[in-house]
Amino acid sequence: MAVLRVCHLYPGELNIYADRGNIAVLRRRLEWRGHTLAVTEAGIGDPIPADHDLYYLGGGQDRDQLVVARDLPATKADALRSAMADGAVLLAVCGGFQLAGHGYTAVDGSRMPGIGVLDADTVAGPTRLIGDLVIEAELEGERRRVVGFENHAGRTTLGPGSVPLGRVVSGHGNNGTDGGEGAVTGRAIGTYLHGPLLPKNPWLADTVIRWGLEHAGGAAVTLDPLPDDLEESAHAAAAARAGVRR
Amino acid sequence: MTRTASLAIARTVGRLSRRLGRGGGTSAPGKVLLRMRPGAIEELAAGLPMGSLVISATNGKTTTARLVAACMGAEGWRVLGNPAGANLLSGVATALLDGSARRPRPQVGLFEVDEFALPEVARRLRPRVLVLMNLFRDQLDRYGELEAIADAWAAMVRDLPGDTVLVLNADDPAVAELGHGTTRRVVYFGIDDPSAALPELPHAADSTRCRHCAAPLAYDRVVLGHMGDWHCTACDRRRPAPDVRATRVTLDGTTGLDLEIATPDGPVSAPVAVPGMHNAYNATAAAAAAIALGIAPSRIGPALASADAAFGRAERVRVDGREAVLLLAKNPAGANVTVQTVLLDPDPLHLLVALNDRTADGHDVSWIWDVDYEPLLPRLERLTVTGDRAYDMALRFVYAGLDRERVTVLERPEAALDAALAALPDGRTLYVLPTYTAMLGLREVLVRRGAAEAFWHDS
Repeated sequence: MAVLRVCHLYPGELNIYADRGNIAVLRRRLEWRGHTLAVTEAGIGDPIPADHDLYYLGGGQDRDQLVVARDLPATKADALRSAMADGAVLLAVCGGFQLAGHGYTAVDGSRMPGIGVLDADTVAGPTRLIGDLVIEAELEGERRRVVGFENHAGRTTLGPGSVPLGRVVSGHGNNGTDGGEGAVTGRAIGTYLHGPLLPKNPWLADTVIRWGLEHAGGAAVTLDPLPDDLEESAHAAAAARAGVRR
Repeated sequence: MTRTASLAIARTVGRLSRRLGRGGGTSAPGKVLLRMRPGAIEELAAGLPMGSLVISATNGKTTTARLVAACMGAEGWRVLGNPAGANLLSGVATALLDGSARRPRPQVGLFEVDEFALPEVARRLRPRVLVLMNLFRDQLDRYGELEAIADAWAAMVRDLPGDTVLVLNADDPAVAELGHGTTRRVVYFGIDDPSAALPELPHAADSTRCRHCAAPLAYDRVVLGHMGDWHCTACDRRRPAPDVRATRVTLDGTTGLDLEIATPDGPVSAPVAVPGMHNAYNATAAAAAAIALGIAPSRIGPALASADAAFGRAERVRVDGREAVLLLAKNPAGANVTVQTVLLDPDPLHLLVALNDRTADGHDVSWIWDVDYEPLLPRLERLTVTGDRAYDMALRFVYAGLDRERVTVLERPEAALDAALAALPDGRTLYVLPTYTAMLGLREVLVRRGAAEAFWHDS
């Protein structure tokens, strides 16, 4: 039995796409295997706890995201970068994905700097990219379909320091043009997929749980399989909504 | 084309639409009419001698409109309303079109309007009274973000005629801000019963930052969601003193509530046939609207007491010899109050939760993870989930901690309803929590079985 220490960043500000659903999935999938989740919440002005295994950054409304962007460099960016260098996991969704990259340029040209853990940069587009999103994701050489919903005005492009989380099968992805979705550098993942992300994508949930436990224990981990009947049915329903069968 | 010809063509569309069974023709005629005569709403609205009252909010529009209709009816006014679900520009145009053919002519308009469509409807209708009740997170994939609606409402209020009276919820910070600094008449309403307080802000609380300065808000009392006795921690903004205030709210289980309301014109006291704290807000809003219209408090109480539930909103039906209550739950705030209301039943709970993701529901179902379903778990005897996204709802409960064997998933709504009713012990109530289109689907089944009336008969 192990303890996975998760730091949930800005739960009061970045929670618009049901981000607590992702935390609930981490908790239950650990508990069902006899492990434990310990969550530390770090809000505006709070220092970052350094000894955590997984850092979670969700999405927020524009105003809230601006408040967060002001706080990040002051209290958290350096600590987050060193936690990533130490092999901790980052899961960043929607606005969190943008903040995990180099930054966000708004329509009026103003710049919201990010923490630069991902080699990704975002510029506001003229329209919101909204709808069901299905991608073929690839992590550690394994390819799996990942489903969800996207709703973002930002157009994100990746530099050479990150690879996309996957290729778009149906939907818009990072920018609606290059076919990429999300970004991965080491064990930091950014994505526009919500719905929330983890309940309908148990493979992705177990991948980040495994990474987190490996960081906690310092050794390779194999997770016991779980009955994922409901998860797979919900996954199939979401894929069907996006016009993707099988 | 002449006005007479346009109206005739649009009415024919309505008759055809009804004959084809397209849901009662509550929007199509208005759409056709506006195509032919873009100024039709302004023209037809001018035919209502007492003007119009418009209600908008994320939650509670339909029930509040029904309560206000009862107050207007008690005054003997001939009321023209729009049916729930036809609350966009086209629905208002259709209602006005129908009203122009009615004899005797309607005197006053009573329209519930979608919060996104509201600025355009208000610009054309120039309402005499505008009732704004709440803004909650809802259907983000359709609306963009909450702040954007609040901004659009603020711009709308600036452009309204000077004699439009605003009826605003003092307890909702984003709504109350709309009255700040205005010279027009504002009637604020709110809940002032100190016993109506939650221990803390619920998870799904929105709008917890000041609309004026973006600093965090603090609450001396939280009543529901982000509504309560609030003040800004940085600037001078705080809850305005309400003119119409519920001084005592007594919740009567899942059947109704009792209200005592203080108004500038005297007290109102009434039992109301819809349950839960959210309906205390709806009834207080209706009383404030009636006060803004000059209706006497002595008439308001009996009128509120005479109104029954609107379709799908705490609507109680008997089907196959068993009792079911339909409690529309279409966004986190609405679902949270529904959960709280269901918990007022002391018996072990039988629940049917129906989740669709069609346009009127919102395509993004992630909102169910913002609902606090957890308090239901220890009280659940049986859970059935259904709808287009039944499995998403099943996962919501499983990850809340319910054993997966205890969730019955039946994607077809009618099969799910039958299974849930068959499992219901004698004398118990089945609580049905559907999203909007899921509710329409289930109601169709109930109408077919003679348990409920078709919605276009219900206005």
